[in-house]
Amino acid sequence: MPESIEMTGARVIVQALIDQGVEVVFGYPGGAVLPIYDEIFKQNHIRHVLVRHEQGAVHAAEGYARSTGRVGVVLVTSGPGLTNAVTGLTDALMDSIPIVCLTGQVPTHLIGNDAFQECDTTGITRPCTKHNYLVKESGALARTLHEAFYIARSGRPGPVVIDLPKDIQFAPAPYVEPDGISPRTYKPQLRGDAAAIKEAVKLIAGAERPIFYGGGGIINSGPKACKRFTDFVHKTGYPCTLTLMGLGAFPGSDDQFLGMLGMHGTYEANMAMHGCDVMVAVGSRFDDRITGRIDAFAPNATIIHIDIDPSSINKNVPVDLAIVGDVGTVMGQIDKVWKETVKQRRNGKALDAWWSKIEGWRKRNCLAYKADKKIIKPQYAIQRLYELTKDRDVFVTTEVGQHQMWAAQFYKFEKPNRWMTSGGLGTMGYGLPAAIGVQMGNPDKLVVDIAGEASILMNIQEMSTAIQHRLPVKVFILNNQYMGMVRQWQELLHGGRYSESYTAALPDFVKLAEAFGGVGLRATRPDEVDDVIKEMIAVDKPVIVDVAVDQSENCFPMIPSGAAHNEMIMGMAAKGEQSVSEDGMVLV
Amino acid sequence: MARKKKPARPTQPASAYIIKAPDPNVERHTLAVIVSNEPGVLARVIGLFSGRGYNIESLTVAATDDTESISRITVVTTGTPMIIEQIKNQLDRLVPVSDVHDLTEEGAFVERELALVKVVARARSHERRESLRMAEVFGAEVVDTTTDSFVFSMTGSPEKAKAFIELMRALGKTEVVRSGVVAIARGATAL
Repeated sequence: MPESIEMTGARVIVQALIDQGVEVVFGYPGGAVLPIYDEIFKQNHIRHVLVRHEQGAVHAAEGYARSTGRVGVVLVTSGPGLTNAVTGLTDALMDSIPIVCLTGQVPTHLIGNDAFQECDTTGITRPCTKHNYLVKESGALARTLHEAFYIARSGRPGPVVIDLPKDIQFAPAPYVEPDGISPRTYKPQLRGDAAAIKEAVKLIAGAERPIFYGGGGIINSGPKACKRFTDFVHKTGYPCTLTLMGLGAFPGSDDQFLGMLGMHGTYEANMAMHGCDVMVAVGSRFDDRITGRIDAFAPNATIIHIDIDPSSINKNVPVDLAIVGDVGTVMGQIDKVWKETVKQRRNGKALDAWWSKIEGWRKRNCLAYKADKKIIKPQYAIQRLYELTKDRDVFVTTEVGQHQMWAAQFYKFEKPNRWMTSGGLGTMGYGLPAAIGVQMGNPDKLVVDIAGEASILMNIQEMSTAIQHRLPVKVFILNNQYMGMVRQWQELLHGGRYSESYTAALPDFVKLAEAFGGVGLRATRPDEVDDVIKEMIAVDKPVIVDVAVDQSENCFPMIPSGAAHNEMIMGMAAKGEQSVSEDGMVLV
Repeated sequence: MARKKKPARPTQPASAYIIKAPDPNVERHTLAVIVSNEPGVLARVIGLFSGRGYNIESLTVAATDDTESISRITVVTTGTPMIIEQIKNQLDRLVPVSDVHDLTEEGAFVERELALVKVVARARSHERRESLRMAEVFGAEVVDTTTDSFVFSMTGSPEKAKAFIELMRALGKTEVVRSGVVAIARGATAL
C-alpha cells in the first residue's frame, strides 16, 4: 500500500487528475463544485476549457478523447449541470468513448431532501454510463477517482460519472497514488482463445468470397491495432469495408477498401457483405443501420466476430465463431498463427472471381451525382473540401444527418482518430463542441466540423468557447434550410408531407460568426466553393462557412429501413438498371 | 475446437416500419448472479432488465458473505436462447458483477421458495380443520394462530408453493407473501 498524505477532498480530486496525466478539463462551474474550481485556480498542470453548456463539455471531451486516444475529463455542477450533460454521456456510452465526468452534489446530509440544485445523479446516469459512483466518504475519494479512469479506458471504453457531495470536497482526505488500482470484479479479457484463433485463420485462409467488416473497436484499440488490421488485410488481399465508426482504421484511398457499408454505404460494400462466404467482423457490433433486414443479412456467410465486449456477440446476428478479446491483441495472435500455418493458399482463383464481381459492382459508381453549374451540390462541396485539404493532417467532426453521411462517403480518411462523428446516438449538435475538444488536443492541426444548418444551431453557443480559448475550428455548413435527413425520409416514406422539417427563420450565419468574434464566409455558386475553402483554411480564427446547397438533394445509395443489403435504392446518376427497383418501391 | 451451435436468427427485421411478431421459442432460466455488496448494485441489475426489455419472473437478493461483502442474486427470467445469452453477457458487463451462472444450463439444481399464507376461517369450522390437515400434508409450519386464523410457513419448489396457495384459497380468505426463488446447483462443485 502506498503511503497516504492528508489533504482536502477537492485537493485530492485535482491531484488524482494530475497523476492520471490529465492536461485538459472541459467544464462549467456552479455551487456544488466550487471547492474543486478553487483547487483548479491554484495549480498550473491542468487547463480548464470553459464551455457554454454542459452538453458541449461532454462532446468536447469526446472529441479530445477520440482524437488523442486519452480519457476526456468533464467537470460540471449538481442538478442542471449534470442533467445537461446526460446527452453527452449517452453519446459516449453508445460510441464507447472514454470519459470521466465529475459532478458536484449537494452535501451528504442534504441528499434526498430535494435541496437546491439536487438531483439523483447516480440514478439518472446509471443507464447512460459504463459505471458511476457517489462518494460518501472522503477516504474513498482517491481510490474511486483512479478506479474510474481505469474503468473508462479499459475493456470496451465508456463514460464514468463520479458524484461528489460538497462536504466531501471540503473534508480532510487521504491521497493515494494510482498504482495498481482496479476493481476486484472487473477484468476485461484481452487475449483471444487460442483454439478459436486457429480456427479463424483456417476459415480466413480457405475463404472464396471473403470480406473484412471493421468497426470503431479497431480505432478504440489504438493506432497499433489499426496498423495490425491494415497489414493483415493487405497480407490476405481481401476486400475490406468499415462502419461509420471505423472510418480511418483502414486507409480510405486503398484499393482493397470498398467504402463504408450500411444504410448509406456503398453499393459494392453492401453487395459484398450480402454475397460473402466468410465475414470477419472486427470491433464492430452489427448495428441495425449496418445489417438492414436481419433475416436476409449475409445469408451464406460463415461469420467470425472479434470483439472485446461479450455482450456484442450474438446480440443482433448469431455468429459462427466468436473471439472475445482486444482487437489489437487478437489481430497480433491471428497474424502469428497465419505466419505459422498458412504456407500455400488454394483460393487464388476464387478470389480473382470475387474481385471481378466486386469490380462490377464498383462500376455502378453508386456515389455519382448530377453536377450542376448553378447550384452547389452538397456532395461537390465535400469533395472540394477533401481535395483542398487532403494533403494536410485534417481532423473532421460532423453533426448528424445528410451532411454526416455525405462526409462519410466523400471524405477519405487515411489514418485513425481523424474522424469524430456521433454514430450510435446520432446527436445533432455534436460536431462543434467535439471540434473544440479535438483542437485542444491537436493545437496546430486543421479541424473542420462538417455541419448542417439545423444541427449547428443545437450547440452554436460553443462558438463563444472557441473564441475565448483561441481555438480556430472551422464550421463548414451545408445549408439546405431543411433537416435534410428528416426531409428525405418524409419524401421516401411519408408521402412527401414535409412536416416541420423546414426551418423558416434561419440566422445569417456570416453575421452570427462575426457576432461571436469569428469570421463568416458564404458560398452560393459552385465556382465560389474553392475560394471560401481556401480562405477558411487561411484564417487563423474560428470560421463559419455557410454553403448554400441544393435543397432537394437526397443521400444515396440507401437501404430503406427493413430492407436487405441487396435491395438498395440508388441515386439517379448511378449506372445500371432502373435506380429504384420495383421491390425497393414496395419496401419504401 | 467444438463450435457452439448458433441459435436461430430472429426472423423479423429491425425496423419500426415492420411490426414484430412474438417469438414462440421462449425458455425459462434460473441465474445465480454473484455481486459485490455495494450501494446501487440491485438497481443496476433491475435497471438492466427493464431498460433492455427483459423479463423478471422472480428475483431474490441477500448478502452471502459479509467479510468479503458479496451478495448473491437469484433471478428467474424468460426469453429466446439469444435473449438469455444477452442477459447473461449484459449482467456480466456490470462492473460490480463478478460472476453469472446459468443454473438451468449448467446441470441439475434445486430451487426453493418460502411462502407465508394467512387463512382466515371461522373458529371450529370445517375449513379451519381442513387447512391444518393440508398444511400437514405439505409440511407447512404454523407460525401464528388466532381462533379465526392461521399463518402457515411453507418451503418448497415454486410449483409446490403454488399448489399449496391454491388449496388454501379454496378454504377461506387468504393473504399470501412469497420470497421468490433461491436456487443452488446439485453436486460437489461450489461456486
